[in-house]
Amino acid sequence: MKRGIQGFVLHGVLGGAAFVTLLPLLWMLSASLMPTGEATALPPRLLPTSLTLEHYRTLFTRLSVARYALNSALLASGVTLISLLLNSMAGYAFAKFRFAGRDPTFQTLLAALVIPGQVAMLPLFLMLKEMGVINTYWGVIIPGMASVFGIFLVRQYALSIPDTLLDAARIDGAGELRIYWSLVLPACAPILVTLAIFTFMGTWNDFLWPLIVLTDDRMYTLPVALANLSGEHGQDIELMMAGAVLTVLPVAVLFVALQRYYIAGILSGSLKE
Amino acid sequence: MRHRINPAYWFLAPALSVIAIFFFVPVAASVVLSVTDFDIYAVASRVNLRFVGVGNYVRLLGEPLFWVALKNTLYFVLVGGPLSVGLSLGVAVLLSAKLVRFRTVFRTIFFLPVVTTLVAVAVVFRYVYHPRFGLLNYALSLIGIRPIDWLGDPNWAMPAIILMAVWKNFGFNMVIFIAGLQSIPERLYEAADIDGAHGWAQFRYVTLPMLAPTFLFVAIMTMIGYFQLFAEPYVMTQGGPAHSTLSIVLFMYQQGFRWWNMGYAAAIAFVLFTIILSLTVITMQLRGRQSALPNVGTR
Repeated sequence: MKRGIQGFVLHGVLGGAAFVTLLPLLWMLSASLMPTGEATALPPRLLPTSLTLEHYRTLFTRLSVARYALNSALLASGVTLISLLLNSMAGYAFAKFRFAGRDPTFQTLLAALVIPGQVAMLPLFLMLKEMGVINTYWGVIIPGMASVFGIFLVRQYALSIPDTLLDAARIDGAGELRIYWSLVLPACAPILVTLAIFTFMGTWNDFLWPLIVLTDDRMYTLPVALANLSGEHGQDIELMMAGAVLTVLPVAVLFVALQRYYIAGILSGSLKE
Repeated sequence: MRHRINPAYWFLAPALSVIAIFFFVPVAASVVLSVTDFDIYAVASRVNLRFVGVGNYVRLLGEPLFWVALKNTLYFVLVGGPLSVGLSLGVAVLLSAKLVRFRTVFRTIFFLPVVTTLVAVAVVFRYVYHPRFGLLNYALSLIGIRPIDWLGDPNWAMPAIILMAVWKNFGFNMVIFIAGLQSIPERLYEAADIDGAHGWAQFRYVTLPMLAPTFLFVAIMTMIGYFQLFAEPYVMTQGGPAHSTLSIVLFMYQQGFRWWNMGYAAAIAFVLFTIILSLTVITMQLRGRQSALPNVGTR
């Protein structure tokens, strides 16, 4: 009997918390489907009287959201693919080779994690300006091509690949590149999926750096465009909510579909040496 | 056959070059930048660049707006951080109870805000906080609380931003705490039961000490992240009203990328780094002395 009451209270609290957590997101979705003006009704409405897609239509026809979505998708995929390649190579080297300076180098990289990215931003901007890549995709892609976190994640995972497997392939005459490509990469597949999700979401959601580097309206990513739009169309609540839905939906779907890998990644990132 | 050059170097070269050129070099350059008067004239031509020594740092310490930004950021870190960590721990403990069903569903829901785009969420919360039409004031009116101008009142703007940040972040630490809780051996609780420690006593004398390493990790990561507050005030309040939500990174962004006072902005970035680094070291040492416990990993 006591257990029954405990269970009831516990699920009541959790259910309430879950509802409050979801409410802003559900309201965003609901308001994006309301006819103009309904989101500012008093008392506030939770559900639309009639569903409309007009705000999504406006975003695509008048406000070139397709272009921003394409920019976001291209940048997130580009950074993900390139950094996956570079980080996996470096992570594998740190895990499975002996070479002079290995441990000090790795320690230095880890120590650099405490330096906030903002410290590098100003000179980085000037460097990229000299290189002529400000306001191009490369301005976002180049600094994201490798990351300490990515190298760390792959290295921890690659440690568990048996040396005997690699040595056997060497004895069979396989070249180092081939070993990396056909043995190491498949063996690391789970952590690479994790890292891919992390990088894709991180780049998709990133705001400060794209805001600095992408100065021309045509180059904006969804978050930058949305922040800009909220300045001009701030009073158009239903329109803004439709923009927010389009920005959040791809990453939310990706997370729900692949959350097993995503959460595994957080845990290995927090694992102590 | 052994190669003359260790193949490891070929595998390392691309990633390490990128990190060296596009992270370590800029960080070092930032030190140099911070002792120059690099401004909009220097952006046009380097001829206008002068060495000013610690001038930028001295100017910064005499700048009232910097102290406002520092105070606001500390407010956000010291109130928002513990709130977020506390809520994460509370929800993690509830979710770890044996009675709980649909655990994965709950976990997914609580984690969902973490993966959402901060800018989009900030736009949504601007309307949730709307003094007349917002859901929050409506909900409060149901229990008889008069409308609050969340983002328009200097006293309420930072609490509003903290509330949103806690909503968005708590799921992240929750997952780490759940893993930490799972790693506590069941026999410790059985032993506590035999010794007559139940409920709160068990939580206080078994769970909390065993969670200490997880706690340290979570506290430091949260603190570092919260010090970098930027997008929330940028989108929701532009640092206002009356500079009540101006953060250090927003101040740096305005100085560096709006007014092109890049030397000055580099000094701001360095002060931020110094604060984060010293607080991280202090936290680690405090905790290190407190818990001479065996190092239980977070998994």
